Amino acid sequence: MSLTLTSALLVGLGGMAGATSRHVVDQQLVGKWSTFTVNVLGSIALGFIVTAPVGDVTATLAGTGFCGAFTTFSSFAVGVAELVDVGDYRTAAWYAFGTLLAALVGVVIGGAVGGSVG
Amino acid sequence: MDRSELALVAVGGFLGATLRYLVGVAIPGTGGTLAVNVLGSFVLGAFITTVSSRRAQWLFGSGVLSSFTTYSTFAVQTAGLSMTGGLLNIGANYALGFVAAGLGIALGRRQ
Repeated sequence: MSLTLTSALLVGLGGMAGATSRHVVDQQLVGKWSTFTVNVLGSIALGFIVTAPVGDVTATLAGTGFCGAFTTFSSFAVGVAELVDVGDYRTAAWYAFGTLLAALVGVVIGGAVGGSVG
Repeated sequence: MDRSELALVAVGGFLGATLRYLVGVAIPGTGGTLAVNVLGSFVLGAFITTVSSRRAQWLFGSGVLSSFTTYSTFAVQTAGLSMTGGLLNIGANYALGFVAAGLGIALGRRQ
């Protein structure tokens, strides 16, 4: 991806929408289920976007911007570290690998749907 | 909801996503995603243990730092790699990201 002002603005606008959408989900769901939900939903959506016949503008706005910001690695990693910190290794492992498995399956499903609409 | 709550998250999301895009231009591919995820996890760990202001948490926590890092791009990039490459990418993001978050939390508590 090359640096352009247009792309940076599209990513910023998508990020604005993605962050506020994530924040709204945070207010509906308790704790780590919120982070799990946004990460899996966002992975399904990004899997769709990268295989569907969308243009560069949509991919940058909705993919890099919205999906990138709607999902979050930092809240996830801090959540795992906090579980490890209190000695709850079992929940930490479930959270870490459950998110990974669900997100990867989500990417495959989203990608299959995106590829089929071409 | 505080009237400024969504506005602060939105401004932070704009900044965080744009910063992530700039890192991705400088370091294309999985390396850039790894860089933002590890750096963002460290800073968020330090941030949540030192800053208690709700407005600061909306702007920097939910906004900038959560949007700077990304799980979806990590997942899509991992799915596109070979089995070995995918496992290495998962191992790097998980091991370094968790350690970075833990270090950030530990550092923040010492302040």
